Amino acid sequence: MIERFKRLLLCCAFALTAFGNAAQPDGKQLYQTHCAACHGQTGEGGSGPTLATLRLVRATNEASLIKIIKEGIAGTEMPSSRLDVAQVKLLAEFVQELGRLPVEKPVGDAVRGARLYAGRGGCVACHAINGEGSAYGPDLSDIGLRRGAKHLLTSLIDPEADVPKSFLQFRPGTAITDNFLQVRLLTRAGARINGVRVNEDSFTIHVRDASGRLHSFFKSELRELHKDWGKTSMPSYRKLTQTELDDLVAYLLTLRGDK
Amino acid sequence: MKKTFLPLRFLCVLCASAVKISLVLLVTTTAIAQVSYDRIRNAETEPHNWLTYSGNYQSHRYSPLSQINTTNVAQLKPAWVYQMRDPGKVEATPLVVDGVIYLSEKPHVVTALDGYTGRPLWTYRRTTPSDARGCCGIPNRGLAVLGEMLYLTTFDSHVIALDIHTGKLRWDVVAADYKLGYTMTAAPLAIKDKIIVGVGGGEYGIRGFLDAYDAKTGQRLWRFWTVPAPGEAGNETWSGESWKTGGAPTWVTGSYDPELNLIYWPTGNPAPDWNGDARLGDNLFSDCLLALDADTGKLRWHFQFTPHDVWDWDANQVPVLFDAVVNGKSRKLIAQANRNAFYYLLDRVTGEFLRGAPYIKQTWASGLDAKGRPIKLPNIEPSAEGTLVYPGLGGATNWYSPSYSPQTGLFYVLARENHPQYFFKTDAVYHPGDLFEGGGGRDLPGVEPYGVVKALDALTGKQRWELRLFSPAMTGLMATAGGLVFGGSSEGYFYALDARTGKVLWKFMAGYQIVNNPVSYSIRGKQYVATIAGQGLFVFTR
Repeated sequence: MIERFKRLLLCCAFALTAFGNAAQPDGKQLYQTHCAACHGQTGEGGSGPTLATLRLVRATNEASLIKIIKEGIAGTEMPSSRLDVAQVKLLAEFVQELGRLPVEKPVGDAVRGARLYAGRGGCVACHAINGEGSAYGPDLSDIGLRRGAKHLLTSLIDPEADVPKSFLQFRPGTAITDNFLQVRLLTRAGARINGVRVNEDSFTIHVRDASGRLHSFFKSELRELHKDWGKTSMPSYRKLTQTELDDLVAYLLTLRGDK
Repeated sequence: MKKTFLPLRFLCVLCASAVKISLVLLVTTTAIAQVSYDRIRNAETEPHNWLTYSGNYQSHRYSPLSQINTTNVAQLKPAWVYQMRDPGKVEATPLVVDGVIYLSEKPHVVTALDGYTGRPLWTYRRTTPSDARGCCGIPNRGLAVLGEMLYLTTFDSHVIALDIHTGKLRWDVVAADYKLGYTMTAAPLAIKDKIIVGVGGGEYGIRGFLDAYDAKTGQRLWRFWTVPAPGEAGNETWSGESWKTGGAPTWVTGSYDPELNLIYWPTGNPAPDWNGDARLGDNLFSDCLLALDADTGKLRWHFQFTPHDVWDWDANQVPVLFDAVVNGKSRKLIAQANRNAFYYLLDRVTGEFLRGAPYIKQTWASGLDAKGRPIKLPNIEPSAEGTLVYPGLGGATNWYSPSYSPQTGLFYVLARENHPQYFFKTDAVYHPGDLFEGGGGRDLPGVEPYGVVKALDALTGKQRWELRLFSPAMTGLMATAGGLVFGGSSEGYFYALDARTGKVLWKFMAGYQIVNNPVSYSIRGKQYVATIAGQGLFVFTR
């Protein structure tokens, strides 16, 4: 990992100068209009994945990057665009340039962060990494590719500052966007169930409770259905020291889908 | 025991097969009858059939059958399912003629199916050029029938006629050059001895038109250009040379009044969609309802819903004809729930605007003036930074059919709510055959649009009831004399609602998206209801 990071820094140092000359103003303008709100002004990531990386997990070459810009990613917050061919190409080129920018080195210690994650942090109660843990919260196996350091730190301190959002509920091939909406149900039989919405359509809903149990209902079986938009059951880790928070973020940034 | 039982069972199977074969023969035999213009004109007198795209020339998409009704619809069960072999979104409305279903599956496969058993009778296949392009997939929305021929338009802009008995090609004519971005996706409309066809390509800078062809020979009889050339009325509404690439496509099947001999056909957006700088003016006849003489194609009147459209709010929604008393006077009316979020009621003799009101949330107009022209609000045009407007470019509704029930006097429409978008404007340079849009729309994070079935008072547009669906949907509706409204969802539900209250009386999860219009028919006195979900034609009965 460290060796790869060195290579990344070398490439970035080389690219920094090139970027200053080669940046396409139109591409930059398009990026700031269409992309920066989620991916950050310089691709550092936010509610959308970090783009200032040499390896984009879903776009391994220019063709796949162009396809994603045009068509979006079903089931995620990434929308399709109707930019024309030339604009998409300019945008793709700019995003690829972002990948050559230097990435800020995490200040924390990833090894200490891993211990904190598995131990006192209690993260495994809700999250999974490479199949180990719980499906209640977002899977973190590749969170280092999908979120930037700043966003992760904010999520730890103030989890409701930027909860996952969605655009459309339904896209062919996917049931629902992965937005971990908190719901509270009261069945006609009198049972109360709190959890995250896994799936929903016009007549049914699936809810996973904190124990990991999946509940399935026709909505006609429910007396009450409350959706707590903007809420999350993720606790604040404000009680951790700044060093511990930095360690945790450093560890999360190492999670890049590698097994 | 077994030895005696098996032959008996075998005999029973043989007998059952013989009955089925005889029924199929009956079905195919009766299909020989010609589908005359008079039969289509009087479609309501043969409710066992579905003879034209919207059920009748008035485009009611209403079945006079009542065997399946509010008291027994809960017993509805699948009778059979036909699986199409070719993948892709199926937006077609099937036709039903004397027990045989005619289905345009995908460009360009046409299949005749026995409506009783679901068995195919014949299939016609035609290849699509790989370089034919359109904005929104490669849909085909259905067929027309007249005499002993079926009529199909193709994605590469041909009009073709097939023998109704065999599926053999009878004629094939080129309507437009697909390499310039012309596509054909709408079901033709058969009127008298003519086949009326529309064209798509509003995102490619086409010059739109509506054509009439001789049903027997395929010879073109007239063409109405929806973007007038210099010297023609309406050309003054286009600045410079912009009329040449003005769009105004005709990609949804219109309606017809046999007494007035007028075709009512809606038109789509001007091109380029989101940048109107080079096409200053109202841009006639984009986003219009046209009333054309069916014999000559001459324009009798027009009504424009969205002058100088820069939001891609095509008016390609099916117009619905009905007669009623308005302000104490008996009127011939035409109604449309438009993509721009307003419901319109016009006099179909003169085109006079009578009433109009929004039926979903909109933020672009303060209302309609006395002539029905929208009073646009300031700062609503697309911009480089994006301009937030309700509705988004998907609009309030779209090509999927509304329904009108003479029984309830209600106009049923599947709408999309809570779907604002940021509209962007970019430069638009025309290259023949390429996208020519000049911008686009973008969704808002955290805003979840949804579908909603709305029942509007057909005379006032006021809402009587609504059924909220979880997801935005692109499904047509069909009311029936059984007091029901059938519809679908993107999630794969096919459902029946009480036409008076909107209460869900029955639903069936068909497993994949429903993006077409339902129909109903009967065979041997038994009513069926059909829809397409995914690649399956699902047919239900009691």
